Amino acid sequence: MKELVILSGKGGTGKTSLTAAFAFFSKSMVLCDADVDAADLHLLMEPVVQQKADFKGGNEAIINPELCTGCGLCIELCRFSAIFEDTFEVDPMECEGCGVCYDLCPEGAIDFPEKTCGQWYISDTRYGPMVHAGLGIAEENSGRLVALVREEARKIVHKEKTELILTDGPPGIGCPVIASISQANAVLVVAEPSVSGVHDLKRVGELAEHFKIPAMVCVNKCDLNPEKTKMIRDAAEENNYTYVGEIPFDKNFIESMILKKSIIETGESSDAGVAVKKIWDNVMEHPAMKLERLV
Amino acid sequence: MIISIASGKGGTGKTTVATNLAFSLENSVQLMDCDVEEPNSHLFLNPVFHDKDPVIAPVPLVDENKCTYCRKCMEICRFGAIAVAGETVITFPELCHSCGGCTVICPEDAITESPRELGYIEKGKSGHISFLQGYLKIGQVMSPPIIKKIRTYAEKDTVNIIDAPPGTSCPVIAAMKGADFVLLVTEPTPFGLNDLILAVEAVKTLDIPCGIVINRAGMGNDDVKQYAEKEGVPVLMEIPFDKEIARVYANGGLIVDHIPEYREKFITLFDRIKELSLQGVNTK
Repeated sequence: MKELVILSGKGGTGKTSLTAAFAFFSKSMVLCDADVDAADLHLLMEPVVQQKADFKGGNEAIINPELCTGCGLCIELCRFSAIFEDTFEVDPMECEGCGVCYDLCPEGAIDFPEKTCGQWYISDTRYGPMVHAGLGIAEENSGRLVALVREEARKIVHKEKTELILTDGPPGIGCPVIASISQANAVLVVAEPSVSGVHDLKRVGELAEHFKIPAMVCVNKCDLNPEKTKMIRDAAEENNYTYVGEIPFDKNFIESMILKKSIIETGESSDAGVAVKKIWDNVMEHPAMKLERLV
Repeated sequence: MIISIASGKGGTGKTTVATNLAFSLENSVQLMDCDVEEPNSHLFLNPVFHDKDPVIAPVPLVDENKCTYCRKCMEICRFGAIAVAGETVITFPELCHSCGGCTVICPEDAITESPRELGYIEKGKSGHISFLQGYLKIGQVMSPPIIKKIRTYAEKDTVNIIDAPPGTSCPVIAAMKGADFVLLVTEPTPFGLNDLILAVEAVKTLDIPCGIVINRAGMGNDDVKQYAEKEGVPVLMEIPFDKEIARVYANGGLIVDHIPEYREKFITLFDRIKELSLQGVNTK
């Protein structure tokens, strides 16, 4: 089993469009959308849901006013200022789910029920199975939901003897990103040729290094700023990230998105289509992608 | 006044709007870059920094001379950040949420706290703009405490502009909560619309008035506008899909510097925001 995670640091550089294109090339894969906060891969893949489950993302304190004597210990203990001092009510938006108030309330007046923080799905697509999820609005624990969808993708791979997991990662370098890269063969960073793109590649590259995951880099819309594209290429070389190619700006990308297709389905022979195929071939030639992972 | 600039989808132009808006205003203005995973506003405003403060979170420190291995700390910890195995206690600081439960529950007073650095905050000036930004340390997961720390510097008689992170989960909520207005930047594509809908739902849970900026207008279709009309969320500004604007942005420039008529447009945007924030919540 192998897993490739598509990342970017900076959002909106083309992770999802590239993942969809790669799905077309791969003969045997499971798709995994690890951007559970703002998932978009389903818009191109039109998944047909086969299995759906709730994501229990933690617990939340609720104070029972009948039993509460207003002693104020919970307010004193809560490090997240989640309990209103006048009403002894918990602000669910601030509650961290640590359970300290629940464990230490002398009256046993606090409940700590498990809460549903989102849903996850196993679906069929025209390219193969897909595991995806939706985190509830304003919910936390996106990292745990990312770990869960990746775990489910692994189960399918083992059962179906599939070769590859293609994971569409979240932007940034924080909690959900860290949850999306552990145990992966390699990450492919999609960079954008701008001052922000150069800055953000550096951070996401450092993150991959920190967790000892081999990194590859490609540039999307490379012709919009050849000078910044060169800076990214140089940075990749300097840091030992394998530079796997660049994609020219192509209106086909947007048009394919509107048609809910991948760029390969609408324009395989377009400049962008040809460039994406070349990147795919380079990615699969990377030594890290030749290794079989046990988990 | 606090204006939070958010988006759902990444890369739609939050930073472009935040920096150009801050630069256009003649009022006393402060820009707070709360996208602490990938802060980019500084690349466009080039502030001179004069202060740098670490953001610290307390994590448990166990005195094994006092510890009786009763496991109460492990039982209270919901985050798996402290484990007792036989006569060994192991802590996992990167999993710790700093709730303090283990220090309170320990019957032997064997647990104190030591500081762990989550990241840092920098303060500076760019012309008339007061500038603040946070950086999450590589490998750390806890961005909300850094965002909350930046927000403690919001000033009362100043226009505080927050550049929020993408998404709709806890870091975004930390960057929007308590704002007077949320400005949602999107692009007219299926991805832009899908994530805009999520962002509008997130704003609704906070009861804050909001409005939309459509960036790269003309690039895709009209679905975003139709959605905005249906939801009753006003489209306050459109920035066209234009090679010159893309070029200025890629090089770290400000639109208002290179295409002067945009300054007036950003001032108008601010006037609309002021008006709408006084009218109160406008989502259905």
